[in-house]
Formats: sequence, structure tokens, C-alpha cells
Amino acid sequence: MKLLLIGTSHRLAPVEVRERVAVDPDGAAALATRLAGDGEAVCLSTCNRTEIYLAASDPLGADRRSTETLAELAEIDPADLEPFLYRLEHEAAAAHLFRVAAGLDSLVPGEGEILGQVRTAYERGKVGPLLDRLFSHALHTGKKVRTDTAIAESPGTTSSAAAALAAQVFGDLKGARIAIVGAGKIGRRAARRLTKRGASLSFVANRTETRGRELADELGGETIPLERLVEAAESADILVSSTSSADVVLTKDELARALPARKGRPLLLIDLAVPRDLDPAINELADCYLYDIDDLEAVVHETARGREAEFARAESIAVEEAARFREWLATRDVAPTIASLRERAEAIRRGELAKARPRLAGLSERERNAVESLTSQIVNKLLHEPIVRLKEAAAAEDRRGPENRFEG
Amino acid sequence: MAELLVWPALLAYGEAAVAYAGNARKPGALGRLATWGVRIGWLTQTALLAGQASRADSFPWSTWAGSLNLFVWLVVGAYLIWGCSPRFRLLGLAVMPFAAALLAVSYFAGGTDAGVGTAWNDVLLVTHVAFTLTAFAGFTVAAGLAALELWEERLLKHHRAGILRLRLPSLLALDRFTVATIAVSLGALTVGLLAVFARLPDHGVDLLMAGTLAAWLLYASVLYLRVRAGRRALAARLALVGFASVLVLQLGLLATHVA
Repeated sequence: MKLLLIGTSHRLAPVEVRERVAVDPDGAAALATRLAGDGEAVCLSTCNRTEIYLAASDPLGADRRSTETLAELAEIDPADLEPFLYRLEHEAAAAHLFRVAAGLDSLVPGEGEILGQVRTAYERGKVGPLLDRLFSHALHTGKKVRTDTAIAESPGTTSSAAAALAAQVFGDLKGARIAIVGAGKIGRRAARRLTKRGASLSFVANRTETRGRELADELGGETIPLERLVEAAESADILVSSTSSADVVLTKDELARALPARKGRPLLLIDLAVPRDLDPAINELADCYLYDIDDLEAVVHETARGREAEFARAESIAVEEAARFREWLATRDVAPTIASLRERAEAIRRGELAKARPRLAGLSERERNAVESLTSQIVNKLLHEPIVRLKEAAAAEDRRGPENRFEG
Repeated sequence: MAELLVWPALLAYGEAAVAYAGNARKPGALGRLATWGVRIGWLTQTALLAGQASRADSFPWSTWAGSLNLFVWLVVGAYLIWGCSPRFRLLGLAVMPFAAALLAVSYFAGGTDAGVGTAWNDVLLVTHVAFTLTAFAGFTVAAGLAALELWEERLLKHHRAGILRLRLPSLLALDRFTVATIAVSLGALTVGLLAVFARLPDHGVDLLMAGTLAAWLLYASVLYLRVRAGRRALAARLALVGFASVLVLQLGLLATHVA
């Protein structure tokens, strides 16, 4: 069985191509079953990539079938799709998947969604010993990168910094309620980013109700006039403001009126407007954390400084895990040789013991067991060194192997 | 022979303390080493305590050093409930050096030897000491959590730009765990106090008992402030004050109630 990857991603293909080969989880499962044949297959399809991982005894045939299937999905000629495809084999394919699972190959490095997508693809694929091992190792690598590095804590934009800060205050954002003040482009973007992380939109306060209604219709929630903002602050967990108002829309005193009803629950206020919408003195209120655009920029800047180092550490974890997988792959190849070596040695041992049986006839049961155990130990000790050397040689040979290629 | 287990336990706790310090500088493998140090140390100390219990005729931790040994085990046990999660490793940096140091003190004072306790055959006294120590251990961990919560609150209030890179638990999670730990510990302290009240006709009231009652009231008010009045930060600060009172009571308990 050879490990093979054929795919396309945001690195090679424009969105017009990616969207044509993208499939939903059900489609990915069907595709994996169709392409696996008598081997194994997993199809990973997200908005940024569609990749097919195959374990096939006939890699050329599997490659051809997969290319044709992807071209069929895209409804274009295979030759026209070719420039957008990449192919990787063996450890290169494994190393690629490990980078993908770690979020290192994502459009936004370190994003966490990809790990869940890899898991879904794995669970719905047609897996056998090779892909099972590959994908469980990839999931382990993804988790390890997230645990050991701060790559996931590196927002690249102010709206993602706001979402990351919300997660720092509330943890899981599922169940967190958002109030959006000002339904313009910035407010919408922030609302979408927060709802994507599990929060729910409770209130949209806007000067014109029609505009607020549009956002409420899209993401849920109730539209309220700006005058009812204090009421919204009583139950919201995150308040994002981005109006074009020249004056402050919420003062410290107004917000203070909402606090008793909150019973100490933290309130994160994000002021994305310039000039500012929220009274800066709000930050002095207990359990209220007010961040304006400069504060968010500072968070982005600070995490960007550390991002490179975290990225390098995450890369080294992925490389380390890929080396481990390569060793497993290499020893897997020599496993039949080792098994037959053991079988042969065992047969010799048993044969010699059988020959010596007449001479051992006078031994007691306990003494015979001791001889049995002694000969087994001698054989195991004799075999230990050659087996270790065989595994090392296989791993070294695999490292030098010419078949790891990258196309595209 | 069981007493020799103190060495691997001490070694594991020490290793965890050092690894947590290293992990604070460079998160990763050291954090996992620290977690394993805590787990192995705690299991070894459990075996040590079991060995002491099996060889004792009565309560085996009736000396001040012995009760310190038990206290360390309870603190690390309480920390272990969620302390193995990567985001709580900073808490480990506070708990494990403290645990290693106290276990070392207990060892040098003979608290980890087998069969050295004075004969305590009074079940109520044993119940009182065991539950009070459990409660104190819980309050110690709750103080660590409250300190972490107040620090994180300060970072958020002052808009520290590097807050995300510290990978702290969320503010709400810290709040929830602090309250839960205090609630459970307060339950244990209540049992400890009920046991001592049952002994009142024979032994009367002393200053330490009054102090323990005051600590109970303080922690009950922490819970009231947090759960009913919604005063989160004040409750966290009071949890730290409560810890100071626990330290005083612990010293008093060691000095007066045990050999």
C-alpha cells in the first residue's frame, strides 16, 4: 500500500476553482468510498482546500481516478484542472496533513476550525490501518501544537482580536449574548466573527431600524432603538459598538444603572468607532472591560510579534511528528521480514529442542520449563540486535527514498 | 520501608515545580513533564500515606508534621482535579513549590515516618482534624485560583496587549472554579466544626475553635457575596483574606492540637 495525496488549496487555486471541487461532509464521505476501491481513502474538503488521501496498491491508477473525479466535480477537463493540483506521496503527504491539522497551512495560521474538519473527514472516510494511523497521528499533532504553542492565540485583525478577548473573558462563547450597536459594515463583521465562535446575537441597536433589521434577520436577535441600550446591557455579555455618531452613545452613569441586574457577570465592551461611542470611564465600573480600537490594535501588534516564534515552534512540532510517522511507516514495511525472521528462529529452536528431547528425558517438569524459557531468551537476545538494525536501516533508507516528490 | 516513598514523592513534586517554572518561560514539553510529576508524586504520596495508615494503631497523622504530610496530599489532590489542563499550568507554578517545600518540612520533622503518631482514639477529634485539613487544603487551592482571577482581571482592566499569549484560563472559568472549590471546602469545614461541637461538653471552647468559626463565616460570606450579591472581585479578594486566616489557623492547629 502506498500513501498518496492529491488535492488543491488556496495556495494554488483561486476561489472559482476551489468552490467547484468543494463537497459537503456527506459528499466527502461518498467520494472517499468511491475512490477507495480495495484500499483506503479520506476526503478533506473545506472552503480553502479539497484533498484526497489514499492508501492504494496501485498509486498510478488511484491518482488517475482521483484526478478524473475532481475534474468531474469541477466540470472541466482534467488537463485544465492539472495546474491547480498538487500531489504528495508517503512521508511528504503525511507531513502535509500534519501541517494542515496544526493550522499551519490555513489562510489564517493557527485557526482552530481545521482540526474539527480533519476529524470529520477521518470519521467519515474509508480508513484501514494506514490512514487510521495517519489521521489519528495528525489529530494528535494538531492538538499538541495548540497545547504547546500560542499559535491559536494570535489574532491578525481587530475583529478577531475582539473575538479572542471575548473568549479570554467567557471561555467557550456558546451561550454568550451579543449586543451590536450600529449595524454598519464593521459591526456586521464583528457580529459574524463572534457568532461563528458560538455566541448568539441578542440585540441590534441602530439609528435606522431597517438596517438593524437586516442584520437581525441574518444572525437572529431583536432590533431595539438606541434609547433602549441600557436594557440591552443588562443581559448582554459582549457589546460591540461601531456607529458613526459624533457623541458618546453610552455613558458610565447609564451603564452603571444596568449593573445590578447583571449580578457580577462580566461585560466586555468593544468600541470600534472613531470617534468613540462608549464613555472611556466605563472601564472603571466593576466587571466591565472596555476595549477601543487602539487597544485592539495593540493586541494584534503584540501577538504578531510573538506569532513568528510560535509559528516556528509549531512547524518544528509538525516536522518532529512527521519524522515519527516516517519511522512507523518504515518499520511497517519491514514488519513482514521481522515476522518471518522470528518464525524461522522459533522453528530452529523448537527443532533443536525436539532433537535433544531423548537426552532431556530425565529432567523434571520444572527443569524442562527452565530449558524452554532459557532457549527462548537466547533466541530473543540474538534477534534483538538484527531487528533493531533492520528497523534503523529501513528508516534511513526511507529518509533517502527518491519517491517523495512534490508537484504543482 | 513505606517511609522511603517520601523520596520519589518529593522528587516528583520538585521536578513538577521546576518544570512548571520552565514551562512559564517556554510552554510545551516541560508543561507535560510537570503534569506527570504531579500525578506520579501524588500517587507515590498516596502509597506513602496508605503505608503509614496500615502500620498505625490509630490516626497516623496526629503529629503536626504528620498532619502537614496529609495537608500536602490534600492540596495536590485538589489541584489535580483540573490542574492537569494546560491552561492551569500557571496555578501549578504556585501550588507545586509550596507542596514540595511543605512535604520536605514534614519529612525533616518526622511526619512521613511510620507509626509515630500519638494515640488518637477519639473518632470526633479525628473527624474534626481530617475534615478541617481537607477544607484548608481546598481553601488553599481556591486562594490560588482567586489570585489568578484577580491578576487576569487586572490585565484585562489595564488592557495588557500580551494577555492572549499568556494562555490563561478564562475569567469566567476561574470564577466558577473558585466558587465551586470554596463551596465544597466550606462543606468539609462544616462537618469538621460539627464534630468539634459534639465534643464541646467534654472539652469546651478555645480560641482556635472560635477562629475556625470565624473562617467559616468569612467563607460563607464569600459565597453569599458571589452567588447572591454578584460581587465577583470582592469575593475573590475575600478568598485571599480567608487564605491568610487559614494559614494562621493551620499554624495554631499544629501548635495546639497535635503533638
